[in-house]
Amino acid sequence: MGKLSWDAIPIHQPIPMAASLFVTFAVFGTLGLVTWKRWWPYLWREWLTSVDHKRIGVMYVLLALVLLLRGFIDAIMMRSQLAIAAGGAAGYLPPEHYDQIFSAHGTIMIFFMAMPFMIGLMNFVVPLQLGVRDVAFPVLNAISFWLTASGALLVNVSLVIGEFARTGWLAYPPLSELQFSPGVGVDYYLWALQISGIGTLLAGINMVTTILKLRAPGMSYMRMPVFCWTALASSMLIVAAFPILTATFGMLLLDRYVGMHFFTNGGGGNVMLYFNLIWAWGHPEVYILILPAFGIFSEVIATFSGKALFGYRSMVLATLAICVLSFMVWLHHFFTMGAGANVNAFFGIMSMIIAVPTGVKLFNWLFTLFRGRIRYEVPLLWAIGFMVTFVIGGVTGVLMAVPPADFVLHNSLFLVAHFHNVIIGGVLFGAMAGYNYWFPKAFGFTLDKRLGLISFWCWLIGFYLAFIPLYLVGLLGMTRRMQHYADLSWQPYMIVAEAGAVIILCGIVATIAQLVISIRTRERRRDRSGDPWNARTLEWSTASPPPGYNFAVLPQVKSLDAFWSMKQQGGIALPQRYDSIEIPKNSANGFVTAFFAVVTGFALIWHIWWMAILGLLCAALTLFAFGWIKRVEHEVSGAQLAEADRSRLRGST
Amino acid sequence: MRDSYLTRLGRACALVAIATQGLFGNCRAQGVLDPQGPIGSAERLILLNATAIMLVVALPVIVLTLAFAWWYRASNQRATHWPDWSYSGQVELVVWSIPAMVVILLSGVAWTGSHLLDPAQKIPSESAPIRVEVVSLDWKWLFIYPDQRIATVNELMVPAGAPIELTLTSATVMNAFFVPQLGSQIYTMPGMATRLNLLADHPGDFPGLSSHFSGDGFSDMRFVVHALSAAEFSAWLARTRDQGTGLDADSYAQLARTGGAAPIQTYRSVDPKLFQHIMHETVEQ
Repeated sequence: MGKLSWDAIPIHQPIPMAASLFVTFAVFGTLGLVTWKRWWPYLWREWLTSVDHKRIGVMYVLLALVLLLRGFIDAIMMRSQLAIAAGGAAGYLPPEHYDQIFSAHGTIMIFFMAMPFMIGLMNFVVPLQLGVRDVAFPVLNAISFWLTASGALLVNVSLVIGEFARTGWLAYPPLSELQFSPGVGVDYYLWALQISGIGTLLAGINMVTTILKLRAPGMSYMRMPVFCWTALASSMLIVAAFPILTATFGMLLLDRYVGMHFFTNGGGGNVMLYFNLIWAWGHPEVYILILPAFGIFSEVIATFSGKALFGYRSMVLATLAICVLSFMVWLHHFFTMGAGANVNAFFGIMSMIIAVPTGVKLFNWLFTLFRGRIRYEVPLLWAIGFMVTFVIGGVTGVLMAVPPADFVLHNSLFLVAHFHNVIIGGVLFGAMAGYNYWFPKAFGFTLDKRLGLISFWCWLIGFYLAFIPLYLVGLLGMTRRMQHYADLSWQPYMIVAEAGAVIILCGIVATIAQLVISIRTRERRRDRSGDPWNARTLEWSTASPPPGYNFAVLPQVKSLDAFWSMKQQGGIALPQRYDSIEIPKNSANGFVTAFFAVVTGFALIWHIWWMAILGLLCAALTLFAFGWIKRVEHEVSGAQLAEADRSRLRGST
Repeated sequence: MRDSYLTRLGRACALVAIATQGLFGNCRAQGVLDPQGPIGSAERLILLNATAIMLVVALPVIVLTLAFAWWYRASNQRATHWPDWSYSGQVELVVWSIPAMVVILLSGVAWTGSHLLDPAQKIPSESAPIRVEVVSLDWKWLFIYPDQRIATVNELMVPAGAPIELTLTSATVMNAFFVPQLGSQIYTMPGMATRLNLLADHPGDFPGLSSHFSGDGFSDMRFVVHALSAAEFSAWLARTRDQGTGLDADSYAQLARTGGAAPIQTYRSVDPKLFQHIMHETVEQ
């Protein structure tokens, strides 16, 4: 069994043991409940083998919400540790455990919370906004999702069997090399991200193809909703950047598994290579996350202001400018490596230039609000909260783009506060806005507004309370990733930050309560119109939830904000004739392939070579076998489509 | 009545002041906003200038966001509604120009700042510079004085007012050398030497640390920079040369091997080629 033995289970460490018991019970409890309630056939038919982009989108978001919980538990554990570990106190988490927690927190929040959230929303929304029936490659889409889920599963398996990386979320060598990290932690990190990285790359390819090749008749590029533009830019960045990540991790794996010397201290290796490569992926990654969020805010602000988005062309141009520029700034993550003044100044200025298109976006949202008729629904509040918070995060970001300022701020808690400011204030607020905005489209009923507001205010206030102290204590010289500190004057800030984390916890609880209560009271929250927000884009022109084929007849697009124009011209007319269409059948390909990917990843982590070969072989055979299936689509007749449309219209009147 | 009201107000103010003191009062004792040398001071100035330049635009944006969001609420009957207004060439021009101008201004700050404050650049001074070779170990700092031929662990003595010329490397994983009150930090990397120049204006004690995570003992990688008057520094040198042991290959190997935090320590003599040897040895591993 390779390196695997009973020692891998943390029986003698109370906190890790409790965590692993919790995870084990949660997993087996869920499986038991599904078995007991006999939900398996339904789950298998409707979800696990679904290739419907909407179902896959929902599963992505669900995965993101579950891992938000895991990542947040890590966060609040770190905050509690730092609130007490001042002066001589050691706190309750020993370094070897604390180091795993902050590494897992970063890894999970970026790769398995923010990424699936954004990809999930893109998956759900983009084909609907484009007025088409699915993404370009539906089965590939399912494979992408299940590979992402496999990575998430492997990260959580490390809680129960073995350990996670203790190297930070980017696993910088030489610390992550075999010499300094001989355990399986870094291997869990690397294989989990390699597997999910392939999923992300495939999802990006799928999305780019969909947007470039599949659009409703008449939808030229300049009639695409802004969210589709940002999804396109984000997906192009995925296609360009994720291979770099895979190659970089590949080199580190070669170092660790076969004794090569890409990044080692000796044998000609050089750590600076890793820094450059990982950030050549890492900085575009930031924009992979934030661009779709910008798109969501554009849709939300226009809809709830009752106005078209101001400066659509500028928005598109700004999005593409950010997309290109994001590849030219990676060095600002290590100004303190000792590059010369010219190099530092060049990358500092390039980084600042990104603030121009970003600033333009903010101004355009501002002018969209201007002379609007603003309805204070939950998604809009997230958007306003974002605009204010993101300006602060932008200012501190540009501040650190000035190399001499970065010399004293780099690696401090000021930096930590900055990137949480833009990731929470930008990406997470965007995800929450999108979740509240599109939920009624996905399920046909609205989310509870009161709990939505409570969630928003808790997150907003909690965010400021948790991260303003981090800005301040960073200026006092406190650096990140400390497990304890000597200076007692830092402790008050840490206690306030902990209070902020507790308020964010209330926000998360409110989000869960909102979901549960809304599901329970769904009958009286039904939205039969399909357009609960009086919105502007095509996804709102079809039923909620949309039928599997989205549109019985593809809409004819004559302008930007196509659905708004239709409504202005007296609503959607029923089509004259319905042609039969073909929609893809379910496929177990993704689920089965991903299952073998998990087996292979686990085997590689523990050096169980026979199992790795077997897993890889089975995964390849699965892909091959599914390739032989000829009947992959089934037909829906015109009569069925007409009947579905008519009954929907009866229902909504 | 009036007096007691004022007294109460005074007491309340005092309480707030004490609470604020608790939270912010210690800023004076440390940190990058309380620099004690020319590098740190220049960096603080850039930090404050850049923030001020950006706030000129950022604050109005925040205020306008809140003002627009409030005034154009659906329930406000007095607000004008332009449902179809979505383009204006003039507005677009302004919208692109404002951030562009801010960035042009800041680019100037960044360009000149990067050149003036390049960590490798020596600081002009009338005092003779002191050279120090810095080695990060698991998890402690070794400071070698190649000219004085002594070494210390976790404590850096320097003469106040004299430029400190640091050459840095790591005998283990990466770290970063950072004394917040003196300014610039820099990475220490195995097999490579980075350079950093600092200066402490006046005598004093300035805490330093590693700011790049390096493993389990990272939190204990603290040291103190003691800036001494010239006389005190000479006296300390003389004392150090008179006591303790020397740092040779054996005692260095022992120091490097022991993981965990180390007590403050001094060595009366040191092999002048030790730093080169450490850089070389790391590559050979």
